[in-house]
Amino acid sequence: MLLRLLFRNVLRHKLRTGLTLCGIGVAILSFGLLRTVISAWYAGVEASSANRLITRNAISLIFPLPLSYLERIRGVEGVKAVSYGNWFGGIYIEEKNFFANFAVEPRTYLELYPEYLLPEDQKETFLRDRRACIAGRKLVKRFGWKVGDLITLRGTIFPGNWEFVLRGIYSGRDSRVDESQFFFHWDYLNESLKKRKSLMADQVGIYILSVRNPELAAETAARVDRVFRNSYAETLTETEKAFQLGFVALTEAILLVIRLVSFVVIVIIMAVAANSMSMSVRERLGEYAVFKTLGFGGVYLGAMILGESLLIAALGGAGGILLTFPAAKTFLHYLGDYFPVFLVTKETVVFQGLAALAVGMAAAVLPAWRAVRIPIVQALGRIG
Amino acid sequence: MEEKKAVVELRHLFKSYRRGGQILPVLTDITLDIREGDFLALMGPSGSGKSTLLNLIAGLDQADSGTIHVAGVDITTLSESELAQWRALNVGFIFQFYNLIPVLTAFENVELPLILTDLSKKERREHVTTALNLVKLEDRMDHYPGQLSGGQQQRVAIARAMVTDPAILVADEPTGDLDRASAEEVLNLMWRFSVEAGKTIMMVTHDPRAARKARSMLYLEKGVLASAPEITFSQRA
Repeated sequence: MLLRLLFRNVLRHKLRTGLTLCGIGVAILSFGLLRTVISAWYAGVEASSANRLITRNAISLIFPLPLSYLERIRGVEGVKAVSYGNWFGGIYIEEKNFFANFAVEPRTYLELYPEYLLPEDQKETFLRDRRACIAGRKLVKRFGWKVGDLITLRGTIFPGNWEFVLRGIYSGRDSRVDESQFFFHWDYLNESLKKRKSLMADQVGIYILSVRNPELAAETAARVDRVFRNSYAETLTETEKAFQLGFVALTEAILLVIRLVSFVVIVIIMAVAANSMSMSVRERLGEYAVFKTLGFGGVYLGAMILGESLLIAALGGAGGILLTFPAAKTFLHYLGDYFPVFLVTKETVVFQGLAALAVGMAAAVLPAWRAVRIPIVQALGRIG
Repeated sequence: MEEKKAVVELRHLFKSYRRGGQILPVLTDITLDIREGDFLALMGPSGSGKSTLLNLIAGLDQADSGTIHVAGVDITTLSESELAQWRALNVGFIFQFYNLIPVLTAFENVELPLILTDLSKKERREHVTTALNLVKLEDRMDHYPGQLSGGQQQRVAIARAMVTDPAILVADEPTGDLDRASAEEVLNLMWRFSVEAGKTIMMVTHDPRAARKARSMLYLEKGVLASAPEITFSQRA
């Protein structure tokens, strides 16, 4: 009977309930999308491995390190393997076609990143051909490339037109792996630089190290940096996660604003839902007085109002959560260039559920308090 | 003839309301006994304190001072939650505007007070069916209040008031919103409950015709009892 009463009360003002449901649904959807944007921002951090370290120039990332450091780093205790690479910063046709492109030492790089899955035959071809490049599945799809295509990038850091032959298409081991990157041979870049700009030759942007024991990563990083202390290019070695977080930190203010907006959306919908519940309770004060007259206590009335509010919030929240998935897909379709990994995580869904719950609870508190506290005779209007 | 015991005993009852900074006395030193099985009409001009007196006896409001014993319990000593439980078991309410819950059917409205009892679903169904039979609405049990006439709604309200077999039945202007035929029907029902089931009924009314159905009448004037408390139905007829 009580559940029946709850459902019937929800459906009493269909338009009001419908609009409140829509409001909660849209708010939960927005909250979910904004949280997914934040997660996408951290995708690189999340995808980083605990047993990889990054060594860069201690002054700044824009200053390179000599290639000659390679063997010395390899010899440091605790270091298992070393690769290296440069941010290339090339542009494909026009600037709006932005994607990340790197010159890497291919064999060691692919060994260090087993999460990039490349068919064995494509890998062999890629390793053999110095002009070869590989690209992620999403990137290939975006530009309609196929294996064997000639791709020309216009260099920004390294001027000139650079031609590559697409020899492989990698896919991610799981959904967290960025499939919109582009890799080519560091040797190809370096040999060209020797001819075009010899001062830039034999320099690498970063070294990527794998460590024997991830628990000793900090000690290994310190050992690497000790080797190059007081040299003309001192190093800074940190975990891959810390390295990625450094990039995120650059946009921390934007993230803070997005976080704030996501919470403001919830606070606004709390006020809207509370207003809607207040209106319903105000209209039904006489009925609640009848319940009290018949002997129903404050706990029962409170539960009835809270139940109704939670039911509306749950329905609206469920709608919002369900809509998040297609909305995220649409979002990715239009903004996938900026967010290569844009996944609605379980954590986001849980937060959405909790936000809907909080909306339901907060919206019911004041109306329930009012219904419980108002004297029966006042609510019935029976003084005289 | 053996005199029946008092089911309601009021002693030196005072009640006032605060309006702005002023204290308005509503009831002044009311002392009264209502005997078991009595059908009492409470009359008086608007603002004389009739409804307030009814509210106090029904445990809906609290007196400033004085005692109210109903069926042997001093309800002025009960806490709010104890009073709620006491009301559920001892008082049946009939309101002027029926006060049925619009989203519940006639059956569910009558079942409402039984939710708070230990009765099983089957027992509740039996009680509700009996109560609706008594008010001759068994064929309308699945109707919502909006689908019933005013008289039918008030009969559902009477069934709801009777279904827990309370010690007293309080009715505030039960015919105030009804046409003459429906009012007559409702009054006859209340009279039957009083005579046949021996229920103690207190009814606030402005309507002399309604008052004539009662066995006795009280008149309140500016919060004070203004006439003899016992004028029997037969004497007045």
